[in-house]
Amino acid sequence: MVSIWFFIGIALLVDGVLIFGAGMYELWHPPAHPVVLFSLHAPIWWGGLLAVIGAIYCLKFKPKHS
Amino acid sequence: MTLFAAFQAQHLVRLSTIDTIIVVFYFALVLAIGFYLRNRAKTGEDFFMAGRDMTAWVAGLSFLSANLGALELMGWAGSAYQYGILATHWYWIGAIPAMLFLALVMMPFYYISKTHSVPGYLKLRFGEPARALSAVSFGFMTVLMSGVNMFAMAKVLQIVLGWDINVSIWLSAGTVAVYVALGGLRSAIFNEVLQFFLIWAGVLLIPILGLHEAGGWSNLKIQIAHRASEQYVHLWSGLGSFTGNPMGIHWTGIVFGLGAIISMGYWTTDFLVVQRILAAKDIRSAEMAPIIGAGFKMLVPLIVILPGLLGLAVLPMQLVPESVATVTGAHSYNDVLPLMLARYCGPGLLGLGITALIAGFMSGMAGNVTAFTTVWTYDIYRPLINSKGTDHHYVKMGRWTTVIGVLISVGTAYLVMQFASIMDYVQALFSFFIAPLFGTVVLGMLWKRATGPGGFWGLLLGTASSISMWAWVKMDPSALRYVAMSPHAKTLAQDMYQALWSFLVCVTVTVVVSLATKPKTDSELHGLVYGLTEVPSVGNVPIYQKPHFWAGVVVVIFFVLNIYFW
Repeated sequence: MVSIWFFIGIALLVDGVLIFGAGMYELWHPPAHPVVLFSLHAPIWWGGLLAVIGAIYCLKFKPKHS
Repeated sequence: MTLFAAFQAQHLVRLSTIDTIIVVFYFALVLAIGFYLRNRAKTGEDFFMAGRDMTAWVAGLSFLSANLGALELMGWAGSAYQYGILATHWYWIGAIPAMLFLALVMMPFYYISKTHSVPGYLKLRFGEPARALSAVSFGFMTVLMSGVNMFAMAKVLQIVLGWDINVSIWLSAGTVAVYVALGGLRSAIFNEVLQFFLIWAGVLLIPILGLHEAGGWSNLKIQIAHRASEQYVHLWSGLGSFTGNPMGIHWTGIVFGLGAIISMGYWTTDFLVVQRILAAKDIRSAEMAPIIGAGFKMLVPLIVILPGLLGLAVLPMQLVPESVATVTGAHSYNDVLPLMLARYCGPGLLGLGITALIAGFMSGMAGNVTAFTTVWTYDIYRPLINSKGTDHHYVKMGRWTTVIGVLISVGTAYLVMQFASIMDYVQALFSFFIAPLFGTVVLGMLWKRATGPGGFWGLLLGTASSISMWAWVKMDPSALRYVAMSPHAKTLAQDMYQALWSFLVCVTVTVVVSLATKPKTDSELHGLVYGLTEVPSVGNVPIYQKPHFWAGVVVVIFFVLNIYFW
C-alpha cells in the first residue's frame, strides 16, 4: 500500500514548487500593493523549504513494486 | 478556477490564480486518496477501524488533527486576541494531562476489550441501557455538530473569500461523503494527517513573520501591555481572583473544571478522537499515539494563540465582538487569523493558508461522520435493529450511513442558516454529555464495585443536571453566581463549573446506586476494570521506546512552559 507519508510528500512538493514559483515571479514583477514584510520574500524560502521536505518524503516513501 | 472566481464578491482576501490552483489541488488529492483506499475498506474491521494497523505516529497525528479544525484555529486565535494568553490553557492544562491519562491509564482497557467504540465499552462494563443512552445522544449530537460546523465553515468562506454559502456547503459535504464512503476510517485518518501538515505549512509563517515585525517576544509583550493590559501575557498570575484577568475566571475553574473534568471528558471519552487511537496496530502504538499527540498539542499555541496576540499588537484596526461586528461592519475577533494571513501572505502562500483552513473544516466534518457511522452501525443498528447481518451487510450500512449522515449534516446547516440561535444551543448541548460520560467511564474502569444500574443512572442524572444548570442560567442570568460561583463569570467560566458539578452529580449517583445494587462478579469484569485486568506489557524495548518515558518528557516540558509564561 502507498504510504500516507508519500501523499504528504506529494502535497508539500507540489504546493512548495507553486509557492516558490509565485515568489520568483514576484521578485521580477513586484506587486503594486505588496504584503507587509514583502522585502523578506517569504514565498521563495518557505516554498523552497516545503518543496525540499516534500521531495525528501516522496523519495523516502515512494511506492515499491513487489 | 473560474468557478471559484465567480463566487468571489465582497470579502477579506482575494485569491489569485496560483492560490486557486493550490486549493483545487487539495480537493483533487483528498478525492484521489479516497479512491485509492476504496479497495482497502472491504471488511468491517477495515471500514470502521482502519484495519487496526495504524502506527503510533499516524494514529497520534490523526488524534490531534481531529480536534484541529479551522473553527478551532480561528476561534482560539480570536479568543487569544480577546482574552490574551489565557486561551493557551485550553491547549496545555486543558489537554496535556488528559491525553497522558488516556495513554497510560485508560487506553489499555479500551484496547484490551477490543471495543469498536466508547459506547461499546459501556455495553461491556454497564450493559445495554448505558450503551443505548450514550450511543443515541452521541450519534444525534455528532451529526448536529457536523452541520453546525459545516454552516460555520460556509459562513467563514463567504466572509473571507466571498464564496457562495450553498456552493461551500455542497462542495465540502460532497467531497467528504465521497472519500469517507469509499475508504472509511482509513481514508479519514489519511486526510487528517495530510491536514495536519498543511495547517502547519500554511499558518506557521504568521508567527515567524509576526514576531519579526513586532521585534521579538519581549517587544511584543510591551506592545500588548500598552494596547490592552499586562495580564494578557500571563497564564496564571491573574487567576487568583475572578476580576484579575480578562476572562473572569478563577484558577479553581481552570484546574478543576477545565483540567480535571472537561478536558478529561473530551480527550478520553469523546469517540470522535478516541476512535483514532483504537485504530492503532498494537498496545504500544495505542499508548504512544496520545503521547505523540500531546507533544504536538503543546506546540499548537504557536500557530493559534501567538497569531491572536500578534494581531493585538500589529493590526492597525481594533477588532470587536461578533455581535458588534454584525451591526457595525467592523472586523470581529474571529477574523484575526485571516487578517494576519492576508497581512503577510501574498499569492501562493495565501492559497496554502486558505487550503489549511478548508482542510481543517473538512477533516473535522469527516471525523464527525466516521464516528457517527461507527456508533450508528455497531451501537444502534446492530444491537437494536438487525443483529443477524453479515459483516458485508454492516459495511454496506456504514457506507450508506456516511452518505445519510452527511445529508443530515447538510440539512442541519440549512436549519442553522434559517435560525442562527440553534448554533448556540447545539454547541451547548454537546458539552452536556462530556463531563458525566467521563465520570461513568472512569468509574467503570477504576472501581470494580460500580454496577450497570449505577452507571446508567449516573450518566442520565449527570447529563440532566448539566442541562438543568444551563437552562437555569438561561432563564435567570443571576443564577450564574451559584453555578459559576461569581456573577462576573463569562460563558467559558460557566462551562467549567457546569462540567464540574455535573461530573460530581454523575459520580455521586453512580456510587450511591451501585452500593444499593448487586455487583458483578470478578470474572465478568476481567479485561474491563483496573485490578482485575492484566495490562499487557509494551514488550522488551529500549527506554526511549517506552510510553512512560515519553510521557515523563512531556510532563517536564509542560511544567517548564507553564512556569515560563506564569
